[in-house]
Amino acid sequence: MERLRATRPHLFVRGDDPASHPPIAFVETAGNATRLAALDRAGIEAGLRPGLTLADARARVPELEVFPHDPGADVDWLERLADGCSRYSPTVSPLPPDALLLDIAGCTHAFEGERFLAADVERRLARRGVLVRHAFGDTAEIAHALARYAGAPAPDERGAVKRLPVAALGLDAEDTAALQAAGLKTVGEVMARPLSGIAARFGEGAATAVRRLAGEAQAPVRARAVADPVRVERRFAEPVARTEHALGVIAELVGEAAEMLERRHEGGRRWQVRLFRSDGAVQGLRVETGQPTRDPQLLGRLFAERIDALADPLDPGFGYDLIRVEVALAERLDAHQLKLEGGEGEKGQVGELVDRLSTRLGRGRVRRFAARDSHIPEQAELILPAAAPPPATPAAWPEAEPGEPPLRPIYLFDPPEAVDQVIAEVPDGPPARFRWRRTLHEVARAEGPERIAGEWWRRHDTPVPTRDYYRVEDRRGRRLWIFRHGLFGEVESPRWYVHGLFA
Amino acid sequence: MPRGRLHEVYAGEAWDVGAAAGFAVAQALAAGATPLLWLRLDRGAVAAGRLHATGLAELGLAPDRLLLVTVADAGALLRVAGDAARCAGIGTLLLESWGPMPALDLTATRRLVLAAEASGVTVVSLRLGAEPVPSAAATRWQVSARPSVPLEADAPGQPAFVVECLRRRGGPAGARTQVEWNRETRSFRDPEVELASQPPFQPASPPLAGAGLPLAAGGAAARDPAAPVRARR
Repeated sequence: MERLRATRPHLFVRGDDPASHPPIAFVETAGNATRLAALDRAGIEAGLRPGLTLADARARVPELEVFPHDPGADVDWLERLADGCSRYSPTVSPLPPDALLLDIAGCTHAFEGERFLAADVERRLARRGVLVRHAFGDTAEIAHALARYAGAPAPDERGAVKRLPVAALGLDAEDTAALQAAGLKTVGEVMARPLSGIAARFGEGAATAVRRLAGEAQAPVRARAVADPVRVERRFAEPVARTEHALGVIAELVGEAAEMLERRHEGGRRWQVRLFRSDGAVQGLRVETGQPTRDPQLLGRLFAERIDALADPLDPGFGYDLIRVEVALAERLDAHQLKLEGGEGEKGQVGELVDRLSTRLGRGRVRRFAARDSHIPEQAELILPAAAPPPATPAAWPEAEPGEPPLRPIYLFDPPEAVDQVIAEVPDGPPARFRWRRTLHEVARAEGPERIAGEWWRRHDTPVPTRDYYRVEDRRGRRLWIFRHGLFGEVESPRWYVHGLFA
Repeated sequence: MPRGRLHEVYAGEAWDVGAAAGFAVAQALAAGATPLLWLRLDRGAVAAGRLHATGLAELGLAPDRLLLVTVADAGALLRVAGDAARCAGIGTLLLESWGPMPALDLTATRRLVLAAEASGVTVVSLRLGAEPVPSAAATRWQVSARPSVPLEADAPGQPAFVVECLRRRGGPAGARTQVEWNRETRSFRDPEVELASQPPFQPASPPLAGAGLPLAAGGAAARDPAAPVRARR
C-alpha cells in the first residue's frame, strides 16, 4: 500500500481521508481464482478480508479499485526502507512481507532514548505516507509479536506479552484455531499450561514459540549484510597524459580489484573503468563477461578489445587525474582447480572466446539458439546473446524420429520470399512448378501439406491465414520448404512463398 | 577432411546453397568436431535466410553445440575467424562467405591454415555464390544437391549430395562421388545402395571403394591424403 502511494501519488490527491477515495485492494491469481491479497484501511472497514475472491469483493464494494499484487516489489520496497533504517542501527533485518527488525541495543544514546528514536522513525516514515506500528522488546520475537498484535494494556513487557492473542505465537491457522477451541485465548493462558502437553499436542515448534515469547529462547537474527561495492581508484598529482600509462594503471587497478574479489570468493560479471580528465570530461569503458571472472590478464585483453572497438579513440587531452575501476555486478566464484594435465577445459576456452567477441562486436552479434514453445516455425526458436545467462526454463527442442529425413530447413527466409507462376492442384495439392528468384523449378518430389494454423489464442485484429507447408524437391535435387498462405476458401487466390532451404 | 586443416566448400550452382551448407555441417558431425562456430556476414542472412537451429538439429547438430557470430564486413570476418581458429575449445569454425571475397586470398587463408594447425580446429570455408580461386586450403570441394532416394508416396528423402573434389593438397583430385547423409550413424553412404539391405558403410573395407572413402569419419583413407581416390563413375 505504501509502495503504491510512493509510486503512484496521483491516486491519493484527494487526501488520506478514507471516506474520500474508494477502497483499494491488491489481487493475486492462484489457480483459477483471483483473490484479494491485501487491502487498505478503507477496504477493511468496508468489511473485506484478504482471501476473498475478487468477484465477491466487487459485489460488496462495487467501487473497489484493484491493483495486481507484486510480492517481489514489496520486498524491494522493504529493503529500501531497511537501507534508510541503517541510520538508527547497524543491525537491520527485514522480515518480509512487512516488518523491519532493528537491534537498537547500545544505539539509543544517539537519539536521547528509545522513545525519541521511535518518534523519529514515525516522523520520517509519515513524511512518505507510511503507517508504522512499533514495539520494543527484550528479544526479537517479543518485539515482533507486540508490534503485530494488539493486546490489552499492561504495566510491563511481560504482562503485555501474556495478554496477546494466541495468534501471536505464529502457529499455522489450524493449530491457532485448535488452541482457541481448547479455550486458550491469550498467550498467557498458553504459558500457564505445562509445556510438555503443548509439545505433545502441537509439536515441538509450538513449544519453542511459547518459550521464545516467554523470553526463554531466542531465534538467531539474520542481519542484512550489505556488501561494499568493489571500487579501487588512483589519483594523480600530475595528470597522466599518455594512453599507454593510463592502460598500465588500469591493469594495476584491475589486479587490486581482483585481489579484493578473491578474498570475498567472488568474480565480476560487469567491470567498469572511469577515466576522469583534468578538464572535467569523464570517459567510461565497460566490459561484461558471460562467467564471473577475476583473471587480470583476461580482463586486460577485454579492455584492450573494448578500446579497439571504440568509434573514436581514447583521448587523454590534458591528462587523466583520476582513474577508477569498479565491479558493477559481482557473483560468487570459488577457486577452481585446473585440469590435471594443465590448461582449461573446452568450456572455459569457448566462454573466453565468447566474451572477447561479445566485447569487440557487441553482445547481439555472438548468439546461441534457444527453443521456444511455439509451433509457428519462425517463432519456435530464440537467438539470444551467448554472453547472457540462458533462459531459466528452456523449452525442449523437438526430437527427430529415427530414419525420418529432416522436416525443417537449415536456412529460413525472414520474411518468406514470394514465388509466382505456381501450378498446383486445388485444394491442397503440392505445387508442380513455380518460379522463384527468376528460375523456374519443376517439382519432382513433394510431401505435404503440413498444416500450421495461426495461434488463435492470441488476439489478432485480422485473422491469420492457415499455412500449408510442403517439402518439395526439384528435378535437380534442390530441396525447398514452400507454403501456401491460406486455404482455398479461407482467402481468395492464396499466394505461395518459399520459407527455407533444406540441406 | 582431416581435422585441424582448412577446407573449402563451394556451392555448385547459385541454388545449391542449402546443399553446400548441409554438407559442411555433416562433415563436421562426421568428424565429431563440435562445438561448431558459424561465422557469417549480415549479407548472408539476406541472401540465404537466417539459420534455423531446428533444421540443423535434424541433421544431427545439437543446438547447444552451435554458436552463431554475425559480422558486418569482410575485415571483421577475417579478424574473428583468426581468433576463433586459434581457440582450441571449438571443434569446427564454419566460415560462411557470400559472393567473391577478395579479402579471402592466399595470405588470409594461409593465416587460417597456420592457426588451425596450431589449435586443431577444423576450419571450413563455405563459399556461396563464388567461383573457386587459389587458396592455401588443404582440400576444396564443390557440392551440389542430388535428387534424394524417395520415401513412400514419392516424398523427398534423406539429404543427398554430389560432391566433387576439386583440389587435394599432396594427392590426386577430381573425384566425383554421390553421398547421402545418415543422421543416426553420423556418416555418409552411397545413395544408390539399397537402404535396408546393406549394413552401414564400413570405411576400412576395400570392396566398398566407391562409397566416398575420403569423406568417412576417421577412416583410414581420410587420414592419409595420398590414398588413391576412386569414384563410382
